[in-house]
Amino acid sequence: MKVRLTVNGQDRSDDVEPRLLLVHYLRQHLGLRAANVGCDTTSCGACTVLLNGKSVKSCTVLTVQATGQDVTTAEGLAAEGDLHPVQRAFRAEHGLQCGFCTPGMVMAATGLLAENPHPTEKEVRAGLEGNFCRCTGYHNIVRAVLTAADAMASPSRADSGSPAIPTSTESAQ
Amino acid sequence: MAASFGDAGQFDPALFDGCEAVVTRTIENQRVAPAPMETRAAAAAWGKDPGKDPGKDGRLTAWIPNQGAQGTRAVMASMLGIDPALVRIITPDVGGAFGAKFGADPEHGLVCWVARQLGRPARWAETRAENMVAMTHGRAQRQTITIGGRRDGTVLAYRLEILQDSGAYPKFGAILPSLTILMTPGPYAFPRAEAAAVSVVTNTTPVGAYRGAGRPEATAAVERAIDLFAAEIGMDPADVRRKNLLPAFTEPHTTAFGAVYDSGDYTTALDRALAAAGYQDLREEQAKRRANGGAVQLGIGLASYVEITGGGSEAGRPQENATVEVHPDGSATILTGTSPHGQGHSTVWAMLASEELGIPVGKITVKWGDTDLIPQGGGTGGSRSLQQGGAAVQQASQELLEEARQRAAGELEANAADLVFDVGSSAFTVAGDPDASVPLARLAETERLFVRSVFSAPGATFPFGAHVAVVEVDTETGKVVLRRMVTVDDAGTLVNPLLAEGQRHGGIAQGAAQAFLEEVVYDADGNPLTTTFADYPFLSATEVPSFELADMATPTTYNPLGAKGIGEAGTIGATPAVQNAVVDAVSHLGVRHIDMPTSPQRVWRALNESRDAR
Repeated sequence: MKVRLTVNGQDRSDDVEPRLLLVHYLRQHLGLRAANVGCDTTSCGACTVLLNGKSVKSCTVLTVQATGQDVTTAEGLAAEGDLHPVQRAFRAEHGLQCGFCTPGMVMAATGLLAENPHPTEKEVRAGLEGNFCRCTGYHNIVRAVLTAADAMASPSRADSGSPAIPTSTESAQ
Repeated sequence: MAASFGDAGQFDPALFDGCEAVVTRTIENQRVAPAPMETRAAAAAWGKDPGKDPGKDGRLTAWIPNQGAQGTRAVMASMLGIDPALVRIITPDVGGAFGAKFGADPEHGLVCWVARQLGRPARWAETRAENMVAMTHGRAQRQTITIGGRRDGTVLAYRLEILQDSGAYPKFGAILPSLTILMTPGPYAFPRAEAAAVSVVTNTTPVGAYRGAGRPEATAAVERAIDLFAAEIGMDPADVRRKNLLPAFTEPHTTAFGAVYDSGDYTTALDRALAAAGYQDLREEQAKRRANGGAVQLGIGLASYVEITGGGSEAGRPQENATVEVHPDGSATILTGTSPHGQGHSTVWAMLASEELGIPVGKITVKWGDTDLIPQGGGTGGSRSLQQGGAAVQQASQELLEEARQRAAGELEANAADLVFDVGSSAFTVAGDPDASVPLARLAETERLFVRSVFSAPGATFPFGAHVAVVEVDTETGKVVLRRMVTVDDAGTLVNPLLAEGQRHGGIAQGAAQAFLEEVVYDADGNPLTTTFADYPFLSATEVPSFELADMATPTTYNPLGAKGIGEAGTIGATPAVQNAVVDAVSHLGVRHIDMPTSPQRVWRALNESRDAR
């Protein structure tokens, strides 16, 4: 089936099998591997992307369903090399360890902040319930999302959010 | 099939003689799934240059995301029946491991075999459903604990009997009880203690190492025992702990089970955790709720623990290697035998070298996980990396400076002893003549400047701590809500507190999740029932609070950093603290024990049984 969609601002036109999941289209056809597959049951959220600005699990969206729509993956979040405030906050607050859940977590957090720019800790936790992390116990992820919310509310403070101590590069690879 | 550790037949029939109170109970330390977010995977190709010209023979290059390339190479070579020199293992980014990604599994071997048969590269990644049955599981012990002592709270004797479910095809799980037995008395000064275990084969997934591997089971047993004893004699569990903890020590203490604790101050750890939690206030709040008789009751659970990290192998003392090289452009490269997968070795190893060499952290590259580049290494596991791998980086950096000092002496035509190394400018200067100076980087111009060094530790280290869990239990539905986790986790000197905290957070969450959520379940015929994340209750962000960490750092003398392991500590303290809290919430209703996971059904059933019994 013919699909026509926008991925990270680029127009894409492809002939795909009707059953092809969006996550497989992104990873295998486009080589965009930020969205990971961590389960078979739409439980873990490692594949989360934005569809027209709303976070969705790309393992539960058919590519053909995304026709005519706008997909953003973690690769498309940073504008010209500058990290998105959510990405910056994850880095500053040590909001990741192994990094496998991170692209999905960052996209879910971005979607959450678009809907609710000033969430409480409880709202952040509820908003990320569909995204699993095995490394961090969610503590620093939640902190990162709250930090990002602050930074996005007052952009001048975003710059001061850069890490005071060196952050791990291995996890960010 | 069964294997024994210790001999229950040799148990002392008089062990509990003289005890005014004795409690015994059989408890489950249930089977759980390590469930790293990334399932197992591998890619393999054969040939001299497999990237460009893959073939059917020559050398094997295998990309396996796990906890150590070097150990994997040895297993892979033996699996394929080839010389280890013909195997190159590369460790790419690893999406979590938790003890369950050590060495090569049969599936990894098969990928390499397939690539050789086809003369083409092959790759494989398992699905989550495959991972839930084919990756090793953890824990899986049935324990019988017996504890006795005086009514003033003094424990006189403790006995631990373990039935270890090894699963089919015994792997590391079969010998897990030996680590549990080693840690039998935990942080306590019990006058008499004994332990024995039997490992049996079952028609289930093999049991292997999982974050803590044997030590969480020991802590869970003794911490439940202390609470059972406290309930029996009607004493506050904090007071029973205080009465029986080993006094603080700085010289190594050898237990009756042969563990040599390097340093410890268990009472201070407990007191700090209790103070940080506001223990007395919590007990008052609990008393109020009990008096009001509301549906939602408060539970406060404690756990004191000591664990073993960075243990050696049968081959000898614990050790790790590191290579540090300074380049003429002022940058540096570190090769390490450890294998990070989120712990942050790149950051910390660079910090350690930077502190010695004056090279900015941003100019230091850390490499690991390529057996051609780093043929030896112990990988990452057992909370060993900083205390051995990090210590090796520091040692290699210091040795490199000595080599550089000799070169600088020649360059500056001065006596090596008269040279001062200024870390701020990363340069040697002649004492008393600040103009006579040579940068470290320049000393690498004519000849490569590098040192490979092996750090060897005198033994394992024993981090310790205390956890306080606060839960709410709905006595009508049995639902448990974890309200607070307050912990002291003393891992000696911290090099990077942010990263150490991250390790504690993750450990606490995993430990807590075992207590009230997770369990691998089989039906009576051995069919696995928890094969997806829809069936297996993986912890989500809504089920835990933010954690409250209190500081404590008692350095070890076993390495110059003063560091002990931090990777598993959180897991070890959190499980019994949360379980004890759940039981504590309903103890006034006559409940003495609820097996893990303390699901609503189990809590509800325990409450009903207790009501029926009264």
